[in-house]
Amino acid sequence: MAARPIVAFEDVTKRFGDFTAVDRLTLEIFAREFFALLGPSGCGKTTLLRLLAGFEQPDTGRVVLEGEDLAGVPPYRRSVNMMFQSYALFPHMTVAGNVAFGLKQDALPKAEIAARVDEMLGLVQLRPFAGRKPDQLSGGQRQRVALARSLAKHPKVLLLDEPLAALDRKLREETRFELKELQRRLETTFVIVTHDQDEAMTVADRIAVMNGGRLAQVGKPVDVYERPNSRWVAGFLGEVNLIEGHISEVYPSFVTFESESLRLRLPHADVAPGAAAFALRPEKIRISHQMPEAAAENGAAGVITDIGYLGTVSYYKVKLDSGRVLKAALMNEQRQSARPIHVKDRVWLSWAPDAGVLLSD
Amino acid sequence: MQGTQQRDWVTRAAILVPYLWLVAFFLLPFLIVLKISLSQTTIAQPPYTPLLDVSTGWDGLKAFFAALSPENYATLSSDSLYLWSYLKSLQIAALSTAILLLVAYPVAYALARAPRRWQGVLVLSVVLPFWTSFLIRVYAWVNILQHDGLLNQALIALHLVDAPVTWLATDTAVYIGIVYSYFPFMVLPLFAALEKMDNTLLEAAADLGSPPWRTFLQVTVPLSLPGIVAGTLLCFIPIVGEFVIPDLLGSSSTAMIGQTLWLEFFGNRDWPVASALAVVLLAILVPPILLYRRREARIR
Repeated sequence: MAARPIVAFEDVTKRFGDFTAVDRLTLEIFAREFFALLGPSGCGKTTLLRLLAGFEQPDTGRVVLEGEDLAGVPPYRRSVNMMFQSYALFPHMTVAGNVAFGLKQDALPKAEIAARVDEMLGLVQLRPFAGRKPDQLSGGQRQRVALARSLAKHPKVLLLDEPLAALDRKLREETRFELKELQRRLETTFVIVTHDQDEAMTVADRIAVMNGGRLAQVGKPVDVYERPNSRWVAGFLGEVNLIEGHISEVYPSFVTFESESLRLRLPHADVAPGAAAFALRPEKIRISHQMPEAAAENGAAGVITDIGYLGTVSYYKVKLDSGRVLKAALMNEQRQSARPIHVKDRVWLSWAPDAGVLLSD
Repeated sequence: MQGTQQRDWVTRAAILVPYLWLVAFFLLPFLIVLKISLSQTTIAQPPYTPLLDVSTGWDGLKAFFAALSPENYATLSSDSLYLWSYLKSLQIAALSTAILLLVAYPVAYALARAPRRWQGVLVLSVVLPFWTSFLIRVYAWVNILQHDGLLNQALIALHLVDAPVTWLATDTAVYIGIVYSYFPFMVLPLFAALEKMDNTLLEAAADLGSPPWRTFLQVTVPLSLPGIVAGTLLCFIPIVGEFVIPDLLGSSSTAMIGQTLWLEFFGNRDWPVASALAVVLLAILVPPILLYRRREARIR
């Protein structure tokens, strides 16, 4: 990763009336990165994208593209392009006309425009549809036209605002991989805004998890998922068992964590004694009928109260002896009929010593 | 099965109603006007001949048709007065429609961009003058434009002119009257077209490198074209046949076809020539209407 960021938000604040959409946010995005802004609606992720595109101006702070402060640079002079959530295709132009629109603004020679349009339509496999109008296309095809149009000018940064939100689920999942593949091939910096964590995890090299106009955590998908830095991030990304308690002792090689339901001995983490939460993902929990070895410090016993069958995995609700309910997930490796765990079974839960994280925020 | 057939019949009857309306109140009157235009003027009641008398039977009918002749149309082409009158009407209609488009577009654009809660009030204010009689509004303009009227008083008070300007009985007065009167007919279709437009399209254009004025020409104008066409026809067609405005605000030099028609009808009592004028006027106005219909069909 290059040392110099291609995009930098420096202490940026953006308010709409009383609402602070982006709150003193600082963020760097590097060249050729696939970067995801992830968060619930209203967290400021789309505003951040619009600040970069030039549709909004920051109240304070700077937005920098390749070292150039973008203050006062109108959208039509910024070498970034955006793919809109609604696609915003020009209904009075053909597919080719839409893709050519940006190139025509640069007054490129006709032959070059035609060649580039053809190249872009080839990229998204829409050559046979060049002469169609947007309303003669399916949702998936329109999405690809929007993508081709936003890529046609070879932007320094491509901004994608919920690009897959309007597609149905199956197509959306396929398109994620295509998008990732495309980004790798073009070596362009992509910044995607999404509220869908699966989408962000699948496509992005790095994810910024946003909440209330601030960055909650920035990191690789595996980092933000496996090592969330706060209860909020742990809860926002996927399923998690959050067990509130406190860190009672900190030793050089391990720490002890105590709660009403559990007493755990965990590998040393950068923590201090005091209130904390132990976050444990359901899929990290093993379920067995016999008491496993060494379960005393990384496990608990309980009774299955509910089973949710989701096809690939099943979720088990386990009521511990202390009354606390934990959620565990198991891959359905065997046919359901052969599934050995039933409701009301008494089971032991266990997990690896480093399976969970201690969170003080 | 019985039920479906019955419903079919009801549907067909419902479709028939507007056609019957058109036949009764458009086609039949038009045929009567066409017939009168092929008749000869005479001092009688009604003032033209021949009259269709069903009691004379088949021979009477043959004689009736034999008596019809297109000579009134020959009269129209022989006297340049009529030609000039048509041309003047088309000129005034074309120019005032163009002015209307230029004046109304920014207003419609501002209306479409106005905050939602203001839009209702603003649109109402465009339509509000319609709540008073058209005739009164045109007479008001006579008042404003006359020698010691409001306009001249204002111009003199602002030291823009030294002496009163003659407005009344000029082409300018006719244009002012027409542009004022037809303004809502141009604003509303444009507003309807512009209001529907998706704002993100403008953002998309800007994002792709198009400065605002080019976005206006490349995106806004093409997308409001249905509104432009509708407003243009809605204004151009009735302006061609306009009578009251040029009659009250104009002079004999601004005689439009409506006034010529009125003169033939009531001044000369020449119903056949007046009818021929009306038929030709219709023939002039049909092509643009058909053109518009074709365009509409193509868009859909």
